Amino acid sequence: MKNWHGHVLLTITLSCLIWASGCGQGGADSNTIKVGEYASLHGSEADFGQSSHKGTALAIEQINAAGGVLGKKIDLITEDNLSKPGESATIVKKFITRDHVVAVLGEVASGRSLEAGPICQQYKIPMISPSSTNPKVTEVGDYIFRICFTDPFQGKLLADFAKDTLKAKRVAILSDVAAPYSVGLSQYFREPFVAAGGEIVADQKYSSHDKDFKAQLTAIKAANPDAICVPGYYTEAGLIVLQARQLGISVPLFGGDGWEGQSLIDTAGDALTNTFYSTHFSPIKDTPEVQKFVKAYQAKYNGETPDAMAALGYDSALVLADALKRAGTTESSKLRDAIATTDIVGATGRTKIDEHRNAPKAAVIITVENRKFKFLKDVQP
Amino acid sequence: MTEFLQQIVNGLSLGAIYALIALGYTMVYGVLRFINFAHSEVFMVGAFSGYYLARLFPHQTIATGLIILAGSMCICAVLGVLIEKLAYRPLRNRSTLTVLITAIGVSLLLQNAGQAVFGPDPKAYPSIFPQKNISLPHGLIISSNQIVVLIVTVVLLWALRHIVMKTSIGTAMRALSFNPVAASLVGINNDFVISFTFALGSALAAAGGILYALNYPSIDPLMGTLPGLKAFVAAVLGGIGNLPGAALGAFIIGLIETFVGGSHWSTYKDAIVFSILILILLFKPAGLLGKMETEKV
Repeated sequence: MKNWHGHVLLTITLSCLIWASGCGQGGADSNTIKVGEYASLHGSEADFGQSSHKGTALAIEQINAAGGVLGKKIDLITEDNLSKPGESATIVKKFITRDHVVAVLGEVASGRSLEAGPICQQYKIPMISPSSTNPKVTEVGDYIFRICFTDPFQGKLLADFAKDTLKAKRVAILSDVAAPYSVGLSQYFREPFVAAGGEIVADQKYSSHDKDFKAQLTAIKAANPDAICVPGYYTEAGLIVLQARQLGISVPLFGGDGWEGQSLIDTAGDALTNTFYSTHFSPIKDTPEVQKFVKAYQAKYNGETPDAMAALGYDSALVLADALKRAGTTESSKLRDAIATTDIVGATGRTKIDEHRNAPKAAVIITVENRKFKFLKDVQP
Repeated sequence: MTEFLQQIVNGLSLGAIYALIALGYTMVYGVLRFINFAHSEVFMVGAFSGYYLARLFPHQTIATGLIILAGSMCICAVLGVLIEKLAYRPLRNRSTLTVLITAIGVSLLLQNAGQAVFGPDPKAYPSIFPQKNISLPHGLIISSNQIVVLIVTVVLLWALRHIVMKTSIGTAMRALSFNPVAASLVGINNDFVISFTFALGSALAAAGGILYALNYPSIDPLMGTLPGLKAFVAAVLGGIGNLPGAALGAFIIGLIETFVGGSHWSTYKDAIVFSILILILLFKPAGLLGKMETEKV
C-alpha cells in the first residue's frame, strides 16, 4: 500500500513539474504580451499604489476588450513593494529575468522609481513612470520615461500660487529628508519663490514615518510665517496639518501631488480647511476624455471617483499600448523609439513626450472643503 | 520664551509616553535580567486594541475613553503573560543570549502577524477622548490630549510605585530581582511573580500605545519600533532595572528629542538620541540612577 501511495505522489509531482515548465516556455511566444507593474499596494503610500493600479488595470481591460495589441492580449503582472525601500529593485529584476516582460510600468513615489530605473536601463527594457515628478527619474537613462510634469514646474507653480493667490511673503518649509521627492520639490519651490522676492523664514526637516511634528511646528510658529509649504506625502502631511492646527497655527498649508490620497482627509479631517495642493488631474473637468474615463472607472470600482494617480496609471497603459501598436513589435529598442515619439490624448490631457523623456502637462490646484477635495484652478505649463 | 515653554509642553507629553514603555523594559530587566524586545510590539497591539474597541462606542466621552484604555490594558496584559509563557519560560534556564534572540524573534513575529491581521496600511486613529485646545497665557497652547497623556502617566506611575513598594506582590518582585533562588526558598512563587511583572509592564505599554496614537493619530503595525527603541534608550539612560530612573530617562529623552527637533538640526534628532545611548554606555554604564553591580565569579 505504501508503495502505491508513493507512485501516486510521484506521478502528481512529475505532472505538476511538466505542466509548470510547459507554462514557463509558453510565456515567451504565447498569445500574450507581458507587462510588469510594480506598485505600493500596501504600506504608507498605499493610496498611491491602489489608485494607480486601478487605473492601469482598467486601461489594460479596455485594451484587451478591444482586441489587444499586435493581435495579442496584454498580460499585466502586478507586484506589491509594500511602500518599502529595496523591494522595487528586486521586483523589477524578477519581471525582466524571469517573466520576460516587454516593458515596466511604475511607480508613483520618485524614490522607488529611482530604485527600479537603473535596472530597467541596464537590461534595456522601457520603463514608464505614471507619476514620479523628481527630474532625476528620467535622467537615469534613455529607456526611462514619465507621463507627468516634473518638480521644477510644480515647484514654480507652487511658488507663484503662494505669492499671488495666498499673498504670502514669508513662508516656512517642512520637508521630508528621507524622500527624494520631498527634498527635490522643496528646492524647486524655494528657488523661484526667493527669486521673486519671497522669504523663507524657517526650514525644518522630518523623516518618513515620523509621527511627532510638534517640535518643528512650534519652531515654525515662532518664525511667524504667512504660509507653510509641506512638500511631502499624505501620511505625514495629514499629521502635520492636524498638529499645526492643534498648536494654534491658522495660516494656510500647501504641498504638491504627494498630498493626493483619501487618507489625508481620514487623518486630518476638518483641520484641512485652508490647505491646498497641486496635482495632475481633477475628475470634475468636462473634456470628453476625462468624463469617459471617470464613467468607466466608476462603473468598474463601485462608484469610486478616480484621483490623479488613477488617471496617470490609466494613461501610462494607454501610452504603452499606443507605442506597441506603432512599433509593430515588442523588440525593446523599437518599442523605446516608439514611446519616445508618443503624442496621444488621455484622461490627463495631451501626453507628448519631449526630448528629456518627460511630458509637460497642465496642473490643477485642489483645496479641501468640508472633508471633500475641491478643484480650485488650472495652471498651464 | 513662548516657544521655549511650548517645546517643554511638547517634550513632556512625548516623554510621558516613553516613560510608560520604558517602565516595562526596566521591570522585566529587573526580574529576569534580559531585554524584552517584543515590548515595542505589545505597545503597537495596545494601540490597535484601542482602535477596535473604539468602534464599540460611537460617542466618545471621558468614561468610554477610560473603558477603552482599561480594555486595551487588559488585552495586552494577557498578551504579555502569553508571550512569557510560550516563548521565554521554556528557555528560563538557558543563557540570556538565547532568550534575547528569542525576544527579537517574537518581536518580528508580532510585527508580521500585525501586518497580516490588521493590514499594513496606516489607519487614522479615532479620537477616543473628547478633544479641545486650551489657550494659556503667553500664547501657549496645550491640547486636551496632552493633558490626558500627562494625567494618565502620572496616575499610572503612582499606581505602579504603590504596587511595587507597598503590596506583597511588589515585595515579591523586589525579592526576586535581588535573588531568585533565595526568593523561591522563602516561599515566593517565581513563575507567578514573573507572569505578573509581564502583565503589569504590558498593560503600561498598552496605555502608552493608546496615548501615542491619540497624539499622533495614524497607526500601523510597524509603529512600535522607533518609540520602543527610544524608550529602551530612556531605560538605559535612567539605569536599567531602576523604576524612577526609567521615568526620569524618558522625560529627558522626550525633551531632548523635542528641542533638537525644533532647532536647525531637526534632521538629526534620532541620531542625537541614539548617540546619547552610546555616550552613556561609555561614561556611565549603570545609567543616571543605576548602581554598578560587581559580577560574582
